[in-house]
Amino acid sequence: MMRAMKYGSLAALALLAGAALAPAANAAGGHVHIERQTWSFGGFTGQFDTAQLQRGFQIYKDVCSACHGLKRVRFRNLVEPGGPEFPEEAVKALAHEWPNKIVDGPNDEGKMFEREPKLFDPMIGAFKNDNEARAAQNGALPPDLSLIAKARNVEYTGTWWAHPFSMLRDIATGYQEGGADYLYALLTGYHEAPADVKLSDGMSYNAAFPGHQIAMPAPLAKDNFVKYQDGTGSLDQNARDVSAFLAWAADPSLNARKSLGWLVLLYLVVTTGLLYVGKKRIWASIPH
Amino acid sequence: MEHTSSYEPKSAFAKWWDDRLPVARLMHGQFVDFPTPRNLNYLWTFGGILTFCLVAQIVTGIVLAMHYQPSAHEAFNSVEAIRRDVNFGWLLRNFHAVGASMFFIAVYIHIFRGLYYGSYKAPREVLWILGVIIFLIMMATAFMGYALPWGQMSFWGVTVITNLFSSLNEIIPGVGTAIVEWLWGGYSVSGTTLNRFFALHYLLPFVLFGIVVLHIWALHVAGQNNPTGLDIKTKSDAVPMFPFAVAKDAVGLFAFLILFAWFVFYLPDYLGHADNYIEANPLVTPPHIVPEWYFLPFYAILRAIPSKLGGVIAMFSAIAVLIFVPWLDTSRVRSAKYRPLYKWFFWLLVISAVSLGYLGAKPAEGAYVTWSRIFTAYYFAHFLIVMPVLGLIETPTKLPKSISASVLRGGSGTPEGAAAAPETR
Repeated sequence: MMRAMKYGSLAALALLAGAALAPAANAAGGHVHIERQTWSFGGFTGQFDTAQLQRGFQIYKDVCSACHGLKRVRFRNLVEPGGPEFPEEAVKALAHEWPNKIVDGPNDEGKMFEREPKLFDPMIGAFKNDNEARAAQNGALPPDLSLIAKARNVEYTGTWWAHPFSMLRDIATGYQEGGADYLYALLTGYHEAPADVKLSDGMSYNAAFPGHQIAMPAPLAKDNFVKYQDGTGSLDQNARDVSAFLAWAADPSLNARKSLGWLVLLYLVVTTGLLYVGKKRIWASIPH
Repeated sequence: MEHTSSYEPKSAFAKWWDDRLPVARLMHGQFVDFPTPRNLNYLWTFGGILTFCLVAQIVTGIVLAMHYQPSAHEAFNSVEAIRRDVNFGWLLRNFHAVGASMFFIAVYIHIFRGLYYGSYKAPREVLWILGVIIFLIMMATAFMGYALPWGQMSFWGVTVITNLFSSLNEIIPGVGTAIVEWLWGGYSVSGTTLNRFFALHYLLPFVLFGIVVLHIWALHVAGQNNPTGLDIKTKSDAVPMFPFAVAKDAVGLFAFLILFAWFVFYLPDYLGHADNYIEANPLVTPPHIVPEWYFLPFYAILRAIPSKLGGVIAMFSAIAVLIFVPWLDTSRVRSAKYRPLYKWFFWLLVISAVSLGYLGAKPAEGAYVTWSRIFTAYYFAHFLIVMPVLGLIETPTKLPKSISASVLRGGSGTPEGAAAAPETR
């Protein structure tokens, strides 16, 4: 009976921890299945790939930054460990030529002025405010990308009975890369619209986007992608790299978190084991 | 349970102090040589785990409050600053956010343990009711805490839940609206609402702490229940809390911390919602407004009832009904171990609660609503029909003579356990 009770409560805990935690549907209008990608920063031992973040930053700078800001990332973050780790001098030069100036002031005459960003300044976008962005973008607002990889997720599209198992698998493997998976699917998801889909004016068809009609025109394409410094590049590689970069932008402490995490877990597992042995010895003479 | 502390001051200073404020004597009596049933299983370690959760939430919360700014303009930015710029801010913030979920996982196990072993029955009614009050205040605290990051789900969660009170307009026109505006401090959810939620979110944990002290006090008056549901009758039924119960609590706590740390370090956002990384925007409603997972069973009950007022009443009744459990259960046997029928209904309740949690995360349409209604019906039937009726018709299996008899081979119940008892160490 005690065994049954133990297993029963374990099963209940598993279900409680699983079923009840259903990450809710994020997207309106139909379930879109998003393929999971392999990421260097996924899972238990995951860490960002510095070279990939550097390439991803290049995509952001050359393509995304035309419309999207990155206001929660500061230039100094590009130098710090756990990120793209560019040399400080290179980032200073980057800030120097960054097209979007910082509004500062008031100066001694009481006037606001524009100046070049410094290392401690945020990487603001091309538009001064949302209204200006909408005016320039056919009424659509290009969101700031600082948190986009955390503000998006993939939706479970399988059968209801497999859902708790899928959740338990995600918990056991530490799956947190839904945002990057979604971004990769979005960037590679531009296609010709199927015959039965009527697109509104200025909209594009995207297989990954909820509702499939997206205001952002394809930023990358099979024949229009960014070439890296070594001359290589492809739509797929661009999309992968910039998704990884945005995952870092949304979670710059991931490397520190995951490398501290296994030490904490190791400590806890060993201590639990020692405490269990101690408890066994203390209770050895007491039937219970 | 009468229990006198065996504390003996070891030094002249301790003696001097003990004559004036015998706090060491009190602690010794309650937490060192306090008699605990010898047959407690690991489900009884959740009291200690919950105490840890509360203290951890208070400590991390106070430090977070040093960096957080409770204003509609700065709340979201300040949480991001904590994640990005405060030293180990990401750890504090993950610990506090995941900690809320861990608190609820532990409290649900604790509540179901009480329901399985009949821990609410005389003389533990007040202990149980204090527990229900703690649960209710925990929910209020967690709800207001979730508002503080001021993301989309914070904002819209607050909007939906506070709006529930407007259903009172169906009883007395105008009253619901007045209450909602009073809660908001305005005519819509705004920075004013955020400010008062922050003030209350900081206050309530200390109220909680006070009630937890009463909860533990009541526990130490009645003594702990145990898997047999029998009272401690002889000395051999119990072992001193230290080192026995403490050693077991420590194992339970550290095992729980492994799960805790797994989420803090590897799944910090799994229990939350992606939309809460979008800053609150009163002009954009998320397609799907879902509360945190620990509210989902109650959310499912709310939506299972076709009328708004009815749903609100059902949701609050789902918690209020717990207060009456000590009197709704008519069986004289505490532990489900000896109740062959109740055991099955207990697991049916667990399945209903977990299923309601699942359904609460689904859109309120089609089969989801039908199933929500079925499980809601069972949830209430369990307390209002099954508990009273079962006690009258069920024949319990044979109870052991005593706690010792239940754990000693042969189960003769003679005090041979006394030889194994540790009181003379």
